[in-house]
Amino acid sequence: MQRFTSSAAVIDEPIIPPLQINYTKLLINGQFVDSASGKTFPTLDPRTGEVIAHVAEGDAEDINRAVSAARKAFDEGPWPRMTAYERSRIMLRFADLAEKHTQELAQLETWDNGKPYEQALTAELPLFVRLFHYYAGWADKIHGLTVPADGPHHVQVLHEPIGVAGQIIPWNFPLLMLAWKVGPALACGNTIVLKSAEQTPLTALYVAKLFQEAGLPDGVLNVVSGYGSTAGAALASHMDVDKLAFTGSTNTGKVVLELAARSNLKPVTLELGGKSPFIVCDDADVDHAVELAHFALFFNQGQCCCAGSRTYVHERIYDEFVDKAKARALGRTVGDPFKNGIEQGPQIDLKQFEKVLRYIKSGIDSDATLECGGDRFGSKGYFVQPTVFSNVKDDMLIAQDEIFGPVQSILKFKDVDKVIKRANATRYGLAAGVFTTNIDKANTISRGLKAGTVWINCYDIFDAAIPFGGYKMSGIGREKGVYSLNNYLQVKSVISPLKNPAWL
Amino acid sequence: MAARRISSLLSRSAPLLSRRGKQSYTSRGIFRYTTAAAALEEPIKPPVNVKYDKLLINGQFVDAASGKTFPTLDPRTGEVITHVPEGDAEDINRAVSAARKAFDEGPWPKMTAYERQRILLRFADLVEKHNDEIAALETWDSGKLFEQCAKIEVPMFVRLFRYYAGWTDKIHGMTIPGDGPHHVQTLHEPIGVCGQIIPWNFPLVMFAWKVGPALACGNTIVLKTAEQTPLSALLVSKLLHEAGLPDGVLNIVSGFGPTAGAALCSHMDVDKIAFTGSTETGKIVLELSAKSNLKPVTLELGGKSPFIVCEDADVDKAVELAHFALFFNQGQCCCAGSRTYVHEKVYDEFLEKAKARALQRAVGDPFKSGMEQGPQIDSEQFEKILKYIRSGTESGATLETGGDRLGTKGYYVQPTVFSNVKDDMLIAKDEIFGPVQTILKFNELNDVIKRANNTRYGLAAGVFTSNLDTANTLTRALRAGTVWINCFDTFDATIPFGGYKMSGIGREKGEYSLKNYLQVKAVVTALKNPAWL
Repeated sequence: MQRFTSSAAVIDEPIIPPLQINYTKLLINGQFVDSASGKTFPTLDPRTGEVIAHVAEGDAEDINRAVSAARKAFDEGPWPRMTAYERSRIMLRFADLAEKHTQELAQLETWDNGKPYEQALTAELPLFVRLFHYYAGWADKIHGLTVPADGPHHVQVLHEPIGVAGQIIPWNFPLLMLAWKVGPALACGNTIVLKSAEQTPLTALYVAKLFQEAGLPDGVLNVVSGYGSTAGAALASHMDVDKLAFTGSTNTGKVVLELAARSNLKPVTLELGGKSPFIVCDDADVDHAVELAHFALFFNQGQCCCAGSRTYVHERIYDEFVDKAKARALGRTVGDPFKNGIEQGPQIDLKQFEKVLRYIKSGIDSDATLECGGDRFGSKGYFVQPTVFSNVKDDMLIAQDEIFGPVQSILKFKDVDKVIKRANATRYGLAAGVFTTNIDKANTISRGLKAGTVWINCYDIFDAAIPFGGYKMSGIGREKGVYSLNNYLQVKSVISPLKNPAWL
Repeated sequence: MAARRISSLLSRSAPLLSRRGKQSYTSRGIFRYTTAAAALEEPIKPPVNVKYDKLLINGQFVDAASGKTFPTLDPRTGEVITHVPEGDAEDINRAVSAARKAFDEGPWPKMTAYERQRILLRFADLVEKHNDEIAALETWDSGKLFEQCAKIEVPMFVRLFRYYAGWTDKIHGMTIPGDGPHHVQTLHEPIGVCGQIIPWNFPLVMFAWKVGPALACGNTIVLKTAEQTPLSALLVSKLLHEAGLPDGVLNIVSGFGPTAGAALCSHMDVDKIAFTGSTETGKIVLELSAKSNLKPVTLELGGKSPFIVCEDADVDKAVELAHFALFFNQGQCCCAGSRTYVHEKVYDEFLEKAKARALQRAVGDPFKSGMEQGPQIDSEQFEKILKYIRSGTESGATLETGGDRLGTKGYYVQPTVFSNVKDDMLIAKDEIFGPVQTILKFNELNDVIKRANNTRYGLAAGVFTSNLDTANTLTRALRAGTVWINCFDTFDATIPFGGYKMSGIGREKGEYSLKNYLQVKAVVTALKNPAWL
């Protein structure tokens, strides 16, 4: 275990997980197949930058094949014609299988993504399983409405599956984002073409295999590995895709929505970037706030769309907070994510790694105070030192842009009304943290913040039932919870006249 | 609109019609369209004056920043009713600033829901009081029948605002079970400044569909009216301010799509866009949102809705409602039943009766009582419809009746019926938006489902059958946002309306419409010693 203050190479001898990579092809219509072009791309180990496996590289033609399969499975297949109970049973069987294969899935996730194995094993996989239990339970609870009419008509509203859903997931939580997308789509009776991130294609293929084992009919879930500008764009533009859900950057989200607008107006759900404020009031429990502010930012190597990346601290406790936040960052254990007790692994890839270092440089150049960190960690792979900036001003780039790395920016405030304005002065609106023991402040701030989630005296609580999504340019729509079902349903009003109604 | 009311109007006049037979009939000035005479020698002077013809920004009627104006025309004659300020980007900016301030600083979203409700109810009462004046203005500007406006559309407008007034204090968030010691709630918050763009075919009713839910949820609004029909929105907005709406909550900008409309869709300070209009324009609206600030977009777009008459249907009723489904509002309905599929066993009978019904249609000055059809909205639409009629003839469909303009003045079109229409003809694929009925034959249920769904649109559908199994099968299989069974165009306030596929995104009316104007905020607090989880 290495505190980041030791500058020794972190990974002299990376731990190799006892795992075979069995699934590297595209999954189309229930079959693992090569890409039409025959091309492959390497997926890399973020600890070393070395190749784990070569994966079939899907592009427009493979998306076409996958959409055809999904179309057929929806239009003709058994899936939407099964009872909701049968669909729910398949999802429950899948959840059981995922639970049984928790270790392999967690190992594969860590290997491909670089996140701590303990985190994948004890937090993400159980949450993954929990999400599928949650959505399995929804399958037979998709109720339409009957509606009071203004005259002698019988009015009902059917909530129908929307059809073929295109889903594009990111690399920071490959399994959880799959569950957020695939869970509600399947619960509602849709079929799917899922494009995984090119950085992390492996777990989605493994999971898709388990779905087949659980009894999912062929063509219901198709998985295409590949790049955004080819496979992703083809999916977003496809005239036969009825719905698109995307999680990723705001810039790419704009392109996705534009492609939907230019093609067939498929409804789009977007979960995009954030620059979420974490507000520590003067009456907060400082130690608790420091620990959770640290967690809110550094969790998952800082690679969270909802990272608490603007830590606003009341001036009365600011100095104490900065000291303790710095100490906590210095105590953070960085190293091989397969090692026990490790809190932080490498960033996902070279591009992100360099982007994070560039923002650190920008922070220094713009005269924020570098309290600790500020450079790469070790000499191999994409490890970054846990970095803390104090004296950050709202107009600095590090306080405005999404860094997506282990870089905490601490800002000072003194007035609640003002900090609400500052917290809201961003194009983003994904999440926020509020630390206070005062109920009036908690209520004022939680109403005043323009953000899809407000965590009060806690952070990153991601229960299945809690809706998640953005205000402003952080996205459109909500995932998880009852709200997520709307994304995968069409609403059909059915009206017929009543002869001699007993009541209206 | 409300089929119940319309049907009862129709049934009241039906005995008259049957007594009259098919010959041309001009008594009391009603022209069956078979008279080729000019429908309008002397247009009736509308019983209303134009009182409000400026932009409404921050509670004040103002000129456009540019000083420019545009004429709004009487569709009966093509003559100018009045000149209206032509809002463009700068006026949209002013209106958005006003709406932004009214939202961010209040008082509107900071009022209680009950106070907002009272204002909406007072407004509904005021509109009711001015029913005929508003209806006359709507008829003058849009050419639709005065009787239809006065008896159906304005009452429905009032009904919609009472409906939405009732929602204001029923916007509930949820409390939610946590997976651990957390207290979880969701707040359903107003989304902010809403941009709304409404069409010319139902200026008032579309106003209510958009403004009603946005205000009920506590938002502020910049509304762009259609350049063909700017007048009624200004009059009712004046009444809304009389009812106590604070300045800046509802701003009205008259103007054109490529200037004012585009500026609204691209605006970085608008939190939401709702648009009703053509699919082509809807695509641009969504693209502008994608290129600017990703504001969520609701779209109500075009349609080519099938009207399916099964062999076991009541033919007379099906003929009457198929006629109504297509010809209502001069055929200018996004959900017009514009592909009439008739089972081969009843096809000949249906066709003969449909033709007879079209021949009986009373066309003329919409201010005259007893009229069923006024002029089309403008020369562009008028020309487009005549082009489609020519296309139908050229593609080999049988022109049963109609097929030309009616009279020599204004934008009147003869009620037109085509039979022997094939699915691949343009008149069976494109939205004509005029009084042109296309009748197609089918013989098998599964086949007609496929044909009905074989379109980029999915707005609505009509099904005529007395068989419950047939009704259920068709209802589930049709990819359309509304299925009317043995009825059509029933538009109660509670019934959600919207499209599958390229007919749109989202639903208006009913409980569903509130979602368009709310943001969902999850609030999670840590629990110490919870008594239960």
